[in-house]
Amino acid sequence: MDIKDIEKLAELSKIELSEEEKRGLLKDLDGILGYVKQISEVKVEDISVEYTRKNVWREDLPASGGLVIPREFSRELILKQFPESKDGFLKVKKIL
Amino acid sequence: MTNIKDLTIEKAGEMMKKGELTSVELVSACLKNIEEKNTELNAFLEVFSDALEQAQKADELIKSGKGTKLTGIPIAIKDNILINGRKVSSGSKMLENYTATYDAFVIKKLKEAGAVLMGRTNMDEFAMGSSTENSAFGPAKNPFDISRVPGGSSGGSAVAVASGMVLGALGSDTGGSIRQPASFCGLVGMKPTYGTVSRSGLTAMSSSLDQIGPFAKTSEDAKIIFDCISGKDEMDSTSTEISPTRGVGEKIIGVPRDFLKEGVDVEVLKNFEETLEKLKKAGYTIKDVSMPYLKYSLPVYYIIMPAEVSTNLARLDGMRYGLQEKGENIFDTFKKSRSLGFGPETKRRIILGTYVLSHGYYDAYYNKAWGIRRAIMKEYENIFKSVNFIMTPTAPTTAWKFGDKKDPLQMYLEDIFTVSANLTGLPSISIPSGFSSSGLPFGVEFMGPLFSDESLFAIEKDLRDNK
Repeated sequence: MDIKDIEKLAELSKIELSEEEKRGLLKDLDGILGYVKQISEVKVEDISVEYTRKNVWREDLPASGGLVIPREFSRELILKQFPESKDGFLKVKKIL
Repeated sequence: MTNIKDLTIEKAGEMMKKGELTSVELVSACLKNIEEKNTELNAFLEVFSDALEQAQKADELIKSGKGTKLTGIPIAIKDNILINGRKVSSGSKMLENYTATYDAFVIKKLKEAGAVLMGRTNMDEFAMGSSTENSAFGPAKNPFDISRVPGGSSGGSAVAVASGMVLGALGSDTGGSIRQPASFCGLVGMKPTYGTVSRSGLTAMSSSLDQIGPFAKTSEDAKIIFDCISGKDEMDSTSTEISPTRGVGEKIIGVPRDFLKEGVDVEVLKNFEETLEKLKKAGYTIKDVSMPYLKYSLPVYYIIMPAEVSTNLARLDGMRYGLQEKGENIFDTFKKSRSLGFGPETKRRIILGTYVLSHGYYDAYYNKAWGIRRAIMKEYENIFKSVNFIMTPTAPTTAWKFGDKKDPLQMYLEDIFTVSANLTGLPSISIPSGFSSSGLPFGVEFMGPLFSDESLFAIEKDLRDNK
């Protein structure tokens, strides 16, 4: 792994890094990946385990499919969390 | 007034029922402790201004005879659990000013029971860390020695209970974040079977591993909180209806000896052996077991967890909520907001997670890790045919000094004994097992089969009775 790899990963994860941060991460990742790489020595067959979880489905309606009480939200409180809003809408920069 | 540091939820509840104590008196005493100690210990990020009002309402409930075991009991909440209308920052600058828009399932349950929510507690940013040193708001300090870490990531909750600021607390445990700070602060800390407690309203870190659980002084207290917050919730599709009572009263403990050979502090190991002897006296049978896959649980964890972190934290883009730092275009705004909002450990895990999920590495890391995760599940499944519990120290060391683990990998290695419970979904508890020569608490950890949660609480009592 080199600085270019770190830059590519930072771009993929939408994080801006300083040169110092990049060098630090390169060193850290070398150490961590060196450690986790030990899993390559393990041989595992296809193992099936007993899962207790299953898919849970319901109709895409606000208060049905077993949902007895619809969750109540305060529109005002949600709007307040927007970094920027206009006329009750979330305002973002141009996408295209 | 009774000393809060020695008072249990059980005892306080009895006293309030008999009219010997009111919730207002109890909460006032806790608030006084917070006022005296929190500046130094930094356990609370915020103390709720209406705590006394909540206590008054609880007193009325008790008077009317409608009280539960938790009515009027002051409880602290980790800062990643949502309480409608209150701030919830996950220990991050990113969400410093974010206000929750609904109650987490566990909060709904606590409110229904009449518990007094005292405030939100300090934690490693987004629950990533084992010391609270990754909190954006400064670390919490260990009440047994303030030059040492309280453990993490739920360090603030542990400190709040251990220093008499509350009688119980909620934390979240993704790889040991309840059990390790409980061990470092001399408390009982429990990670329930995955699915037993709803994750609805818990800020997601690693969704296949996260679980909410209690901190308390005794197993009886921890069970009171656990009984209140567990149960099926429609808002969490992984939540289950199965009642966690499997295996109560069984007494065969398995010890994976090979797993304890490396990297464990001498004093910790000595305490572990002494605890085994006490358990024998309490009627437990100890059996050595061989679990060859167990040592891979840590590398597997440090692949699966960052992978899930990198996807879960993608939602934090500075658009709909949280910190926003404007850039030239929308992608620039994403980058600037995330770079400013996230601390170093969060960035590290996002980058690491992005790497193990990226084209060309996915099979060698993520897929392989899942294969071994299943092998570890199977290994436990088989071992529980011959023993009822698996016991290890909770952590390989006692609480360390601030700044001692600067290398991230060194910090990760501290999670060696705790992560397998999260990878397998099994219930696990850390219970206090004495003090080191320098006065620091030791803890031992037990794991049981799926849904054997109730049986884990009994061990602490047996150990306490056989001191």
